[in-house]
Amino acid sequence: MSIEVRHLTHTYGEGSVLKTVALDDISFTVEPGEFVGIVGHTGSGKSTLVQHLNGLLKPTSGQILIDGQDLNGEKVDRRALRQRIGLVFQYPEYQLFEETVAKDIAFGPKNQGLPADEIDRRVRKAMESVHLDYGKYAEKSPFELSGGQMRRAAIAGVLAMEPEVLILDEPTAGLDPRGRDRILTMLEELRAREHTTILMVSHSMEDMARLASRLLVICEGKLAADGSPRELFSRPGLMSSVGLDIPEAARLCAVLRAKGYDLPADLYRPEELREHLLRLWKEASAC
Amino acid sequence: MLTNLTMGQYYPVDSLVHRLDPRIKLVLTLAFIVSVFLVNSLPGYLLIVGFIFLAARKARVPFRLLLKSIRPLRMILIFTFVLNLFFTAGDQVLLEFWVIRITSESLRQAVFYSLRLVFLVLGTSLLTLTTSPVALSDGLELLLGPLKKIRFPAHELAMMMTIALRFIPTLLDETDRIMKAQMARGADFESGNLIARARAMVPLLVPLFVSAFRRAGDLAMAMESRCYHGGEGRTRFRVLKITRMDWNACLTVVLLIVLIILERTFVPASFPF
Repeated sequence: MSIEVRHLTHTYGEGSVLKTVALDDISFTVEPGEFVGIVGHTGSGKSTLVQHLNGLLKPTSGQILIDGQDLNGEKVDRRALRQRIGLVFQYPEYQLFEETVAKDIAFGPKNQGLPADEIDRRVRKAMESVHLDYGKYAEKSPFELSGGQMRRAAIAGVLAMEPEVLILDEPTAGLDPRGRDRILTMLEELRAREHTTILMVSHSMEDMARLASRLLVICEGKLAADGSPRELFSRPGLMSSVGLDIPEAARLCAVLRAKGYDLPADLYRPEELREHLLRLWKEASAC
Repeated sequence: MLTNLTMGQYYPVDSLVHRLDPRIKLVLTLAFIVSVFLVNSLPGYLLIVGFIFLAARKARVPFRLLLKSIRPLRMILIFTFVLNLFFTAGDQVLLEFWVIRITSESLRQAVFYSLRLVFLVLGTSLLTLTTSPVALSDGLELLLGPLKKIRFPAHELAMMMTIALRFIPTLLDETDRIMKAQMARGADFESGNLIARARAMVPLLVPLFVSAFRRAGDLAMAMESRCYHGGEGRTRFRVLKITRMDWNACLTVVLLIVLIILERTFVPASFPF
């Protein structure tokens, strides 16, 4: 499933004193299988953008085409489309409401009108995907879980609809390093196994460095940059001009290069930096 | 989605009326309500209209905005008017067919009762439009202060009111977000019969209650950790002071009431108005 955004503009409070342009003429296309990171400063319009992608917000002007079909067209069944494009909100654990974890995860598939055995299969699979043991947690109340587990249960609730595109708004916000790592690992596995297209909003450049195959940089409602992380992280001054960091590995690499070490300019992953440093160290100890 | 809540919302401009002491404004609004009930003739209502107009001018509140506050009441207004029109007994028949009988008395009563309602709403809206919720609960607390002697929890009541008002926008935001999150999971809040719709509210209400309780707990903790222990011996950040302007405002309202009483006593109430 491809998503094409054409000249998307969204204005809050049209016609009042409090009018604010949240998105300003944004265009891009997401191809199947991509992992797109959406980054930007707080209030840059990232959350507004992702809510457009499954039709929860209507554009003030512009279009969103899903496989060439206008999402906000007259005859489009937006409820059906929403199930193909899963959206995980910020702090999704606040949407849990059922008596048991399994029932809560079944909410989405149930709304899709699936038969009971299929719902059960999907609940088990979704719980497995997010590393929640079915036997242990399925019959527990979601409110008994820890913060990280609640977050994963809520994500499972969206995964159970088996969306072709998964959009996550800050899935790691407020989690400890272990909880964060679990979510990121889960996304990596999901992509490898199901070839799900993933769009992720995040503040963490480390997360992006680890996962994203492409970055969209949003600044004050405009698309400031669109490219591979390698390209964007190595373009000097770009990320800081929109108020964002670059990954620590990229920063360290830049500092070492400034001191005259022979390193490529576009390193941004810890593993690749480590390899180059080991190479340098070996060369240095050889002579 | 849920931001169009306008009835009686604070209209933030600086004006004579805005600067009045909230205690005085509360008392004056009460006096105004009483005076509306004293009136039962057209000249009396003209006095009230004149007063409202003057007050709105002084408050720099657009008259149109003030009139908007009647809108939520339109059903009740129509109801009042129709009921009084058809079910008030009288002798001077104006119109009669089938079971409907409209007399001059019933017409008069229908018009006057509806007008009374309109003026009540206009008067109280003027209060809420020109007084911020915090000032309002402050004023209420001070006015109810003497009742503390008989163990009436004036401070606690005012504090609860302030907190409740403070959390309205927060909870509206939250509702909006949870609603969207559930819609993303295929929830449907709009179609189906009454029972289906009520059932559809569960995925919205449960998380909303959970988060409201969580927020309440957090707030209580935050207040306690800053040594909040109720109203006993608490001083104020904003000390209310009664100024000359307040006395002038009082005088105006007293004048209004005196005029209304004079009108009632000396102008004979005659048909039609």
